[in-house]
Amino acid sequence: MKLQEADAKTLLVAQGLPVPGWEVAHTVTEARAAAERLFAAGAAAVVVKAQVLVGGRGKAGGVKLAGSIDETDAVAGAILGMDIKGFTVRKVLVAAAADIAREFYLAAVVDRAARRILLMGSSEGGVEIETVAATNPDAIVRVHADPNLGLLDFQARELAFTMGLEAHLKDAVRIAKGLVATMRAYDADLVEINPLAIVRERAADGSAVQRLVCLDAKITIDDSALPRHPALEELRDPDEEAPEDREAREAGLTFIKLDGTIGCMVNGAGLAMTTMDLVKRAGGEPANFLDIGGGARHEKVEEAMRLILADPKVDAILVNIFGGITRGDEVARGLIEARAQQDRDVPMVVRIVGTNADEAATLLQEARFETATSLDEAAAKAVAASRGAGPGVAT
Amino acid sequence: MSILVGSETRLLVQGITGREGAFHAGACQAYGTNVVAGVTPGKGGQTALDGSVPVFDTVAEAVRETGANTSLIFVPAAGAPDAVMEAATAGIATIFCITEGIPALDMIPVVEMVRAHGARLIGPNCPGATSPGRAKVGIIPGSIHREGRVGVVSRSGTLTYEAVQAMTDAGLGQSTCIGIGGDPIIGTTFLDVLELFAADPETEAIVLIGEIGGAAEETAAAWAAEHLRDVPRVAFIAGRTAPEGKRMGHAGAIISGGAGTAASKVEALEAAGFRVAGSPTELPTLLRDAGFAG
Repeated sequence: MKLQEADAKTLLVAQGLPVPGWEVAHTVTEARAAAERLFAAGAAAVVVKAQVLVGGRGKAGGVKLAGSIDETDAVAGAILGMDIKGFTVRKVLVAAAADIAREFYLAAVVDRAARRILLMGSSEGGVEIETVAATNPDAIVRVHADPNLGLLDFQARELAFTMGLEAHLKDAVRIAKGLVATMRAYDADLVEINPLAIVRERAADGSAVQRLVCLDAKITIDDSALPRHPALEELRDPDEEAPEDREAREAGLTFIKLDGTIGCMVNGAGLAMTTMDLVKRAGGEPANFLDIGGGARHEKVEEAMRLILADPKVDAILVNIFGGITRGDEVARGLIEARAQQDRDVPMVVRIVGTNADEAATLLQEARFETATSLDEAAAKAVAASRGAGPGVAT
Repeated sequence: MSILVGSETRLLVQGITGREGAFHAGACQAYGTNVVAGVTPGKGGQTALDGSVPVFDTVAEAVRETGANTSLIFVPAAGAPDAVMEAATAGIATIFCITEGIPALDMIPVVEMVRAHGARLIGPNCPGATSPGRAKVGIIPGSIHREGRVGVVSRSGTLTYEAVQAMTDAGLGQSTCIGIGGDPIIGTTFLDVLELFAADPETEAIVLIGEIGGAAEETAAAWAAEHLRDVPRVAFIAGRTAPEGKRMGHAGAIISGGAGTAASKVEALEAAGFRVAGSPTELPTLLRDAGFAG
């Protein structure tokens, strides 16, 4: 689960990391009020940032500076309601614009190969790490946290020195250790600060000071750990989750909507991906990824069918079940029940093999379902059915 | 010989009194696996599988009393990491963790501890392993196998069944079939299994079934290019149509930042001398094309 920047920053602050203050505004009026407070506190300009869970919001025009309260109105008005890669902006973060002296990149990720938490730093901040990795791989510093103790002080110091943060050593160590601590505290897959920045500020006595701060924050939580972090589950943004995704999650199904026309219902993630691939190979486009999981009962099958049919683009359905724990006859019953209830009839191709496949075959035959024996045959039949259903095709 | 499981396997099932544990322990036993013990804390002294298997409170006690050397874990996600560590500490050599949904960070110290004890962990979130005709440890349906000399290794469950069924239908038997699990942090990698197959005199051909996410297929491919030069080898990669940034069911099956794509894996495998199938049903033909007579 991805967190919004503002929520991610809240978690960083809770771990004692330096993050300049911000406010979240849902309306232009709220954004204006936030700007009034920031300008009154001495800000030279404010930054208004779209809160959406997709990358590239800056390039899409979702991050803008405003030099006055009136300008904040205009900027917030333009960003709120804006569409960024299919997501409507419903809130913005408003903060004093930072006077950046230098930018860095710092992130904690799960390194699968090493089976460790990996800290990655780069002196090329504000740029995507993938770009740095491609153009200047030597600029990336890597340190693995200890599997039991986390990031050790000396490791954080080494990282800081290598990144060129010696002038802010204490803060750099605190931030590096804080990223790993944040990761462990909330079961994050990713904690990314880009940019980590040295900013020029005015001290209370008016003198110029420089400070190392986290200007942006991206955190992804391991979905498997959400049950033990109910407070994080509450941060799930209802505006960012399609209704069908939420329904699927609540029904214990793994569902990912795609752009095609052939609905897929499969047991097992690897087989579900393979089924999509074979639909594509046979000349069709999969409408979704859907794993009904092991041992699915007929109620789950009915729910899965409802989800697939809720997509108006779906004009054919491919059901592919390799029974192990899952019993084929149980799935067949679910399909028959689901078809009796659905308000829209689309051609369906069913392949059920493995546990209780014979019983399933009998049930499906009695109910006059189109069946297939092999995986490739099933995909070909589904694609043919989809073409037959499509507009402009002679029948 | 086969690898990881065989006639020498003395199986302990952790979570044997649960619904899943009881069902699959029974299926393992019915396949011919020597199920010697079960563990469920608080149910020591009872028996499982119609009185044929004694249940103990702790793994240490089960090992002491029965000489169990392999463990199969069905404990729910919240307790599974502890179950793995208990098995490793008690001296179990080979630990299979079927449990799905364990947070990735939980597994980091667990994998470290298993290594420190000199044990081997397979999984989590894996279907286990079967050495046809000898032993089955896990949830792979026993009926799909045939005895033979093809080693099968996969990150997936039902997709493995699909591939194995295709092999069996084509008359190609298997030495051992093993699912290593779909999570980001797993105990045994593709590379580890390839090393075991390479050392097994009864494995004469290899089927590798990968999927998007991570770079374990690429790493294994590079090793195979050097060490399995004369072994017929084929592969299949799932997720060619998977969109970037979405977790495709398995926690580890995600393309992020342009890394972990099917294209990259297919390319690495082909460069390493694997014939890569477009569908799992093509694997037997490709294996024969690669010079494996069966």
